[in-house]
Amino acid sequence: MPEESLKLRPYQDETGVMIGLEIHVQLNKLNTKIFCGCSLDYHDDGPNTHTCPVCLGLPGSLPVINRKAVEYSIKVGLALNCSIQEHTQFYRKNYYYPDLPKGFQITQYDYPITSNGNIMIEGEDGEVRIRINRAHMEEDPGRLVHEGGSIERSKYTFIDYNRSGVALLEIVTEPDLRSPKEARRFLDKLRNILEYLDVSDTTLEGSMRVDANISLAGGSRAEVKNISSHKGAERALLFEIVRQKNMLRRGGTVVQETRHFDEARGVTVSLRTKEEAHDYRYFPEADLVPLRVADWGPEIAKTLPELPDARRQRFISTYHITDDHAKSLTSEKKVADFYEKVAGRVDPKLAAVWTADVLKGELNYRDIGIDAFKTEDIVQLVSLLSEDKITEQSGIQIIRTILNEGGSPDNIIEAEGLLKAEGDIVTNAVEEAISENPQPVADYQNGKPEALNFVVGQVMKKTKGRADAKLVRELILQKI
Amino acid sequence: MPLKPRTAISRLPGSYEVNALITVSQTLQAIQDSSAEEVVDKCLERIEGSKYNAIIKVTRDEALEAARNVNGGPLAGVPIAIKDNISTIGMETTCGSRILSGYIPPYDAHVIERLKEAGAIIVGKANMDEFAMGTSTESSCYGPTLNPWETECVPGGSSGGSAATVAAGEVPLALGSDTGGSVRCPASFCGVVGLKPTYGLISRYGLISYANSLEQIGPIASNVEDMTLLFNLIAGHDPRDSTSVPGEKDYTKALVNDVKGLKIGVPKEYFGEGTEPAVERSVWEAVHTLESLGASWKEVVMPHTKYALAAYYVIAMSEASSNLARFDGMRYGLRLEKDHDWHTTYSEIRAAGFGEEVKRRILLGTYALSAGYMDKYYLKALKVRTLVKQDFERALKDTDVLIAPTMPAPAFKLGEKISDPLTLYLADVNTVPINLAGVPSISLPCGFSDGLPIGLQIIGRHFDEETVLRTAYTFEQNTDFHTRSPEVA
Repeated sequence: MPEESLKLRPYQDETGVMIGLEIHVQLNKLNTKIFCGCSLDYHDDGPNTHTCPVCLGLPGSLPVINRKAVEYSIKVGLALNCSIQEHTQFYRKNYYYPDLPKGFQITQYDYPITSNGNIMIEGEDGEVRIRINRAHMEEDPGRLVHEGGSIERSKYTFIDYNRSGVALLEIVTEPDLRSPKEARRFLDKLRNILEYLDVSDTTLEGSMRVDANISLAGGSRAEVKNISSHKGAERALLFEIVRQKNMLRRGGTVVQETRHFDEARGVTVSLRTKEEAHDYRYFPEADLVPLRVADWGPEIAKTLPELPDARRQRFISTYHITDDHAKSLTSEKKVADFYEKVAGRVDPKLAAVWTADVLKGELNYRDIGIDAFKTEDIVQLVSLLSEDKITEQSGIQIIRTILNEGGSPDNIIEAEGLLKAEGDIVTNAVEEAISENPQPVADYQNGKPEALNFVVGQVMKKTKGRADAKLVRELILQKI
Repeated sequence: MPLKPRTAISRLPGSYEVNALITVSQTLQAIQDSSAEEVVDKCLERIEGSKYNAIIKVTRDEALEAARNVNGGPLAGVPIAIKDNISTIGMETTCGSRILSGYIPPYDAHVIERLKEAGAIIVGKANMDEFAMGTSTESSCYGPTLNPWETECVPGGSSGGSAATVAAGEVPLALGSDTGGSVRCPASFCGVVGLKPTYGLISRYGLISYANSLEQIGPIASNVEDMTLLFNLIAGHDPRDSTSVPGEKDYTKALVNDVKGLKIGVPKEYFGEGTEPAVERSVWEAVHTLESLGASWKEVVMPHTKYALAAYYVIAMSEASSNLARFDGMRYGLRLEKDHDWHTTYSEIRAAGFGEEVKRRILLGTYALSAGYMDKYYLKALKVRTLVKQDFERALKDTDVLIAPTMPAPAFKLGEKISDPLTLYLADVNTVPINLAGVPSISLPCGFSDGLPIGLQIIGRHFDEETVLRTAYTFEQNTDFHTRSPEVA
């Protein structure tokens, strides 16, 4: 597998950019934290309201594994084509930091629950396979809240342990990514898969955090820590490439170090160099016995849903829609579910166009989700369009009205009089327009084709946009 | 189970204020005769007037209140002392360390919940070596506990306070914890009975960890029967401790005066250099006593015993370095006047809050786990641990129990060994292999040397507490060492 995929990925240019990602995903769709019974539904509550002796690391408290968290992790592993370990075990990663209540983090080391997987993404030059080294389980630390928002300027810092003990899955890729854009696509794809698996609500703050490793040919690797968004990852990597390129061009050396991405300034700054690197003193967590998970895999595999790639293929073969439309419709599970509800009832191709191109565009513009629109409304709309009862322009107008003011296609059409005009009204309007505008008609006849547009426009005005412009044009030409 | 006072005890005057070990049955009788409140009050008086420094914290009002409100249960109204590393809600729990001064747990350990259900009254927190690191209870920040048999001597450790308070007749029951002998050593030095159960039998939930893969909470009492009663209450499954094994047993059924057919193994490595002749003699006499009651014995070899001590200290210190990382003074415990940046503040608090022995073990453990040394120390120690475990499996294949001295010698003098940690560590040579293997082991009195008690150690197979208890009970029923008590002033 490694050789094969490396063959797949020659360097794109002489800079030899290599990027590997470590992504921390919160398994926040669980009911409780990874080692205690505290709830995860803390985002709207006050600090330290979802805590207990275990997640506060109080003396004498002991962790107990949340078996559902293990199941979810295996589920993700299977979706990433990883192999599941026979045995899995937890370790302690020892280090001091104020957000870490026990002075160590319970994580995995030698026996991560899943390893050796891969997923396909859209690369710079076609589909590429990105290898997944491992995906291992661990606990989230607490959250530091700096007074004034910045670590440098704050006089004091609060610690909120609501997050402490939330189950994390750390997904580690091989350095197979070759550009910031690829890194972002990988992250989007991963988020897409997680959403399909229903193991993480990635819209919640802090639910997906990225560390990026990046190196250029001839330089050492720098790690950029704690990037909170996919866009941020792309920007941080772009900055790093320029920084490292310049450093090498000037004859300097890129040192191995950990860097911090300053989101506001769009730059990375050095946190610590290798000399200060931690010795985490990993050793087995004896409070949690090793877990035999070999038998869990096959059972969990049965519960695996259809994943984005498979669904895309099925959309193409079942509904005969374009690859672009299929991609767009499956890139968000809710949108794909929405489309499937519609596609069975109306022309699926037309439904794809109106969902992917029009509706999604309007939703993105307003930054709202597909939930804001009823499938029933798009079914009506597409039916009316198929039956040629409304114009495309009216269709767009209906969608916008629903999103802005509410209502249904039916009553908007009635209120705005959007049904396509009947034949007689159009014919009358055409005749009126010709007789009222002799000059443009003459201009057209004298070889000015654009003069016709004015006449068409007059007809549209008289019919309040309900006439089909193409038909109007033909009618005018017949009469003059 | 009817608790009948045995002859040896009942010969004493019927008063509860005797200068002797007090038993659960005497206590229950006294409660019946007067009230739980009065009995608890008497225990509190004894503790408050005690010169042994066995109990470092008393919550008098709460204890009397609990005694007034006691509502049935097998230990209804019976006072008990709790080692200060077991979390008690609303009651300061410090592990004998300055760094935890003022820490009041917001929750009860599993064993405390069970004791409260059984009606027991917690009268105080017992002194201990700081964070259970020690063999003499001299490393406590509250000062040493004195041995009631001879106040110039140590009570043993680390559960020295728990054993001494029982030996002094202050309470009939106490809880300790045993990481490398910390229940059995003080039981031996103080002439009482203490059990280190099979790893996983008693929930550690609420026990403040020192070396979590080795330690178990252990019951202490003045005789096997009382000790078993206490053990029976606190053993059993707890879903909050992943290492807790499922199932419950009634261990009081093992209290049978019969060892006919019992096969005893005597490991010769446990009578090594440094074993005092009086100890060796007493233990062999015990073997012969059991023989006379129908048991047979043979010598067994446990070849890896000589590596056990080194492996034990590497593992225990490694785990301690991690377990004690949480004590940074931020959320509870010691706080210094001035704060600096967080790492300086951590360092200063830990420097001021931990004692010498604790610092030594944290440093050694950190070193043993460090990159480049892990293979050499920690991983090698784990290999030794496996070999030691196999020694026990082999030795207990065709024997039912192993018998050996608990400690190579009786209690030593205060200050005698504390300045020489390596000599002090050597005292644990017969107890630590048991913790490495995770098997059960009891210590009970089997003789005296110059007025100081000698402890007999009976070791069994994993989860075979019954045979260990039956052997101990039979020995006790046929001897009178457990009825002797120190002259308490």
